[in-house]
Amino acid sequence: MLNATVSELSAALTAKKISSVELTKLFIARAKSLNGRLNAFITLDEGRSLAEARVADERRSKGGAGPLTGIPVAHKDIYCTKGMLTTCGSRMLANFVSPYDAHVIERFAAAGTVLLGKTNMDEFAMGSSNETSWFGPVRNPWDTGRVPGGSSGGSAAAVAARMAPAATGTDTGGSIRQPAALTGTCGLKPTYGVVSRYGMIAFASSLDQGGPFARSAEDLALLMNVMAGFDPRDSTSLERNKEDYSRELNLELKNLRIGLPKEFFAEGLDADVRARVTEAVRWFESQGAKTVEITLPNAGLGVPVYYVIAPAEASSNLSRFDGTRYGHRAKQYSDLLDMYRRTRAEGFGAEVKRRILVGTYVLSHGYYDAYYLQAQKVRRLIAKDFAAAFERSDLVMGPTSPSTAFALGEKTEDPVQMYLNDIFTIPAPLAGLPGLSIPCGFDARGLPVGLQIMGDYFSEAKMLGAAHRYQQATDWHRRVPKETPL
Amino acid sequence: MSLTPDQVRRIAALARIELDPAEEQGVAERLNRVLGLIDQIQKQDTSGTAPMAHPLDGRLPVAQRLRPDEVSEPDKREEFQAIAPAVEGGLYLVPKVIE
Repeated sequence: MLNATVSELSAALTAKKISSVELTKLFIARAKSLNGRLNAFITLDEGRSLAEARVADERRSKGGAGPLTGIPVAHKDIYCTKGMLTTCGSRMLANFVSPYDAHVIERFAAAGTVLLGKTNMDEFAMGSSNETSWFGPVRNPWDTGRVPGGSSGGSAAAVAARMAPAATGTDTGGSIRQPAALTGTCGLKPTYGVVSRYGMIAFASSLDQGGPFARSAEDLALLMNVMAGFDPRDSTSLERNKEDYSRELNLELKNLRIGLPKEFFAEGLDADVRARVTEAVRWFESQGAKTVEITLPNAGLGVPVYYVIAPAEASSNLSRFDGTRYGHRAKQYSDLLDMYRRTRAEGFGAEVKRRILVGTYVLSHGYYDAYYLQAQKVRRLIAKDFAAAFERSDLVMGPTSPSTAFALGEKTEDPVQMYLNDIFTIPAPLAGLPGLSIPCGFDARGLPVGLQIMGDYFSEAKMLGAAHRYQQATDWHRRVPKETPL
Repeated sequence: MSLTPDQVRRIAALARIELDPAEEQGVAERLNRVLGLIDQIQKQDTSGTAPMAHPLDGRLPVAQRLRPDEVSEPDKREEFQAIAPAVEGGLYLVPKVIE
């Protein structure tokens, strides 16, 4: 059961082979036994989970259950959960019990899923290794000396280690796709505006988007059917008709045009990553897909553009943490200004402070045009590159991350080295486009490699279809991490 | 370009973050590495390109949605103030600003 996909668990619940209470107990026991080593969860609340499981079992027995009723799901600790600790991985919110639920939490509750716990993450989603969390780093189940990626590292590690069948995450510059790649799990960042951000703690508002983690593309589609949808409480939420994300799972691959951006296969790409991604692309060709070389000439500027725009927006978003209405307040201060300054000095970690400082600088008088405005112009050039690419291709494929999981502490000294990890995941959100990552093999050390599939706006179902077809022919996504055997 | 310790202190003051003098040097050094990275965008010719503030701008209509100006939120003052660091009589308390 622990190794089953959400769709298999759903079938087992429907066939009454197992109850939600039994299933939830199984995953709680697994999560408890591994959390000391992996630190994937910040909060586990067995009583609450079991109470929700009992309600789900009742709903299943009375009828009116959906496919996900009774399935335990872990949520990134960036989503506000009413009456429950919501820390965003920060000391600033280490005592914050949210007075309301995020839209995503409401949707999962309405679908009857069981809240399994809140997962660890980089502080305020700023990081690519889950080492900036106030609650300590998350460890990669494939090698506990290595990072799981970030910022949704807890969700990725929990799904990889079979502590949860599925989880939620958020992606600003790669925070779903990169940890999915580094942990051998599947993760989807939807089109900007598809998943409501109400109650999802803001980092960079022109980029942030919530999405699911699971062990198969088929499961990602089921989770998207719950998560996606219009919400008037989020001004960026798109008013669109309800979509069935499972509708293209049997996608016809013959004559599917796959664009391969030459910039994604250039120097600096780890040789094993290149080999595994190329093998995956060859498989699609063997099914009749046509590959075309495309170019995203401005994508190389994606990382510098991102590190202007995201910190600028973060410096504005995080100004709300001032020790007045909620969260941490410094114990000693002389006046109001001193209270703000000490509260923020104590409440934020080094990486969050660094980004606030960068953002404050690029927005300040005399530098705004040279940095912020120029970054927004290059951002449009990157979006135009994608528009041209999607005239020649249906989907774009490449590596998710330039390397496999790196060692804890390896990149913490130099922020730029850490930032360059997201070189392949940053371009899509700059253009608001959807992207997903699925496992496509292992490097020589036995660490998972991720294949990234990007699509035009609202092409999630097609991307999931291509991923599902690949997963019907391969079993990379079924492999269990060596350090956390079942 | 490179930030001097004075500039770093000024930015920190604007951001309302207290910097420990002992950490200033390290903060400046790492900030300058990040600035070295983002300076790469300067060399790109963007003449004739409009800034893009919304990621779907250019492909989809991105006008802000409006709603009727009606009260939609119930009063949740007690719930919200229950998690505040200091409140009294329904008000959030901060150090005295005006003598």
